[in-house]
Amino acid sequence: MNIAVLSGKGGTGKTTVSVNLAKALKANYVDCDVEEPNGFLFLNPNIEEQHPVKVETPFVNTDNCTLCLKCIEACQFNALLNIQKDIVIFSNLCHSCGACEIACKFDALHYELRETGIIEKGKSKETPCMAGILNIGEPMAGPVIRKLMKQVPKALNIIDCSPGTSCNVVHTLKHTDGAVLVTEPTLFGLHDLKMAVELVKMFHIPFGIIINKDDGQNNMIRQYCQENKMDVLGTIPYSKEIAHIYSKGAILYDFTKYKNVFDNISQNLKEVL
Amino acid sequence: MKIGISSVGTEGKDLLDRRFGRCDYFQIYDTESKETIAIENEGKTAKGGAGIASAQQLLDKKVDVVITGNLGPNAFMIFEKARIKAYQCESGSVRHAIEKLEKNELKELVLAGPSHQGMS
Repeated sequence: MNIAVLSGKGGTGKTTVSVNLAKALKANYVDCDVEEPNGFLFLNPNIEEQHPVKVETPFVNTDNCTLCLKCIEACQFNALLNIQKDIVIFSNLCHSCGACEIACKFDALHYELRETGIIEKGKSKETPCMAGILNIGEPMAGPVIRKLMKQVPKALNIIDCSPGTSCNVVHTLKHTDGAVLVTEPTLFGLHDLKMAVELVKMFHIPFGIIINKDDGQNNMIRQYCQENKMDVLGTIPYSKEIAHIYSKGAILYDFTKYKNVFDNISQNLKEVL
Repeated sequence: MKIGISSVGTEGKDLLDRRFGRCDYFQIYDTESKETIAIENEGKTAKGGAGIASAQQLLDKKVDVVITGNLGPNAFMIFEKARIKAYQCESGSVRHAIEKLEKNELKELVLAGPSHQGMS
């Protein structure tokens, strides 16, 4: 079973929740925020395996090219361009769709593999960990996320998603059975939570909400959840001590004071899913 | 010589658009015939690679010089490779930009700006 942890707004505590839930539920931790994976900063696993992620990119054989420019017409992503007698390829815009190769009647285009990221697997004490890491400067996270999600074991997996409701989150949600939405009681947190709720509903999967940096009041997130009959799985208090523990790269679950917080959330999560 | 200018409209009095890949129109002025044509920028609605699509249009029209606000890394590289000089103009009408270029008052763009600046 794959449980996605997402947020809408960035910086609400997806990784904090994911890491601690993986511990509390004795689940696998999977970092799908491949543009800025940071779960391993806390889990600090021994990396046991590394698998490169490769995508197909076109190359031009200039001897065969007649400059008919059919390949440029076929490309929906503006990844090809003609300058004088050359076809220039912007490989980081290429989606590996193959249209240019099909459009070329002169056998002047062929595909080769190019590395755009890596998948790391390891273990942090008793927690198995995986992460997708997109190479710096690469704009497309999709292939790394897809390969990572193909490799997750058939077990309970906590999937740490990218922030927002972009393609990267959608790619991840396609492979999940339930979702945990982490938010904070700010206008921005609420605004983006609504977007995340809309997205999760499109996938028809059960979900619950966690309020991080909670002030304990009947705040706007609680009111929103009440009005819309959504389950609040739990809250994490707004506390300087938590921020301090986080800043050291330590894990809240290892502190008896906070172990309960995540054990409770896990219990509620089991009920909702 | 043909000059390509990013613009918000199709006439000489219309303002220059500081965005290259996401501008509405390109006006192409021919210094010999003194005529201007305007083309719609196909890059404007591109999902990605707007600067590339726009640059391709100007290459197809065989422009020798480009006037715009800034160029992203891709468009910059393309013009450098095609030996097309790009000049920076901050504001004013298209006609004004051409006059400035002819008086040698515009600075050549020697560095690419950050990507995705024209998104709105």
